[in-house]
Amino acid sequence: MATVPVEHGLILAGVLFTLGLIGVLVRRNILFILLSIEIMLNAAGLAFVVAGAHWVQPDGQVMFMFILAMAAAEVSVGLALLLQVVRHFRTLDADAVDEMRG
Amino acid sequence: MNAIFYIAAAVAVVATVMAITQRNAVHALLYLIVSLLSVALVFYTLGAPFIAALEVIIYAGAIMVLFLFAIMILNLGPQASEQEGQWLRTSVWVGPGVLAAILLAELIYVLVRSGGPGSPVSPVGPQEVGFALFGRYLIGVELASILLLTGLVGAYHLGRRERPEEDRPQEAERREAGEAG
Repeated sequence: MATVPVEHGLILAGVLFTLGLIGVLVRRNILFILLSIEIMLNAAGLAFVVAGAHWVQPDGQVMFMFILAMAAAEVSVGLALLLQVVRHFRTLDADAVDEMRG
Repeated sequence: MNAIFYIAAAVAVVATVMAITQRNAVHALLYLIVSLLSVALVFYTLGAPFIAALEVIIYAGAIMVLFLFAIMILNLGPQASEQEGQWLRTSVWVGPGVLAAILLAELIYVLVRSGGPGSPVSPVGPQEVGFALFGRYLIGVELASILLLTGLVGAYHLGRRERPEEDRPQEAERREAGEAG
């Protein structure tokens, strides 16, 4: 297959992770925050696969599958929470949910 | 194959930038699907074809469709993108963007400096992955199944509509007790 240096794959993972981090920090829409978290999880999985290909071990791909399962569970609960927030506060603004009232 | 890797990497980065800067949620979702498909191509060039298929099926297929359903349920109007435009002012994104870019520059510097001569990657077939997944990592598979079940129950519990009294027996009992007392 390809003879890509492992650093380039890790740099790509780092760039994608940073873009997801910027998305989480900058956006105020809860939907976009969840999307950016997905970008970050995907970048972390990419780093695992690159490392697994570097050492010719299957462990990296196994870890990617666990990250995939975790991302699926996280996004389903996150979107259910998002629907509840919209139902209660009538907005997608993350700042609207900063009040803790018993 | 090297050229395919670099082109797919560039497409992934550009599509991700477009995804996090869009105002319309559906447009952002479409750009993110392009990004995920190009990452799947990167996986394929790195010698992980099974993971590339999983990326397309589960990430670009299932998870993005879940987002699409959420957007459809929310039924965002045209004023939602105007609101996004007000939230995405330059003063808002410059600070976190610059700080994250500094961190990324440091990461790249460390990677390039410590790596020395670039060592190539080698393919790992799906058979070895299957043996490892259901051999050494069997307990992880069990834990992932429990996690998915927990996510299912949690999403069902959080996502249901609040109904009036008869669905909440505890509160009704409490109210009756209060009236009696």
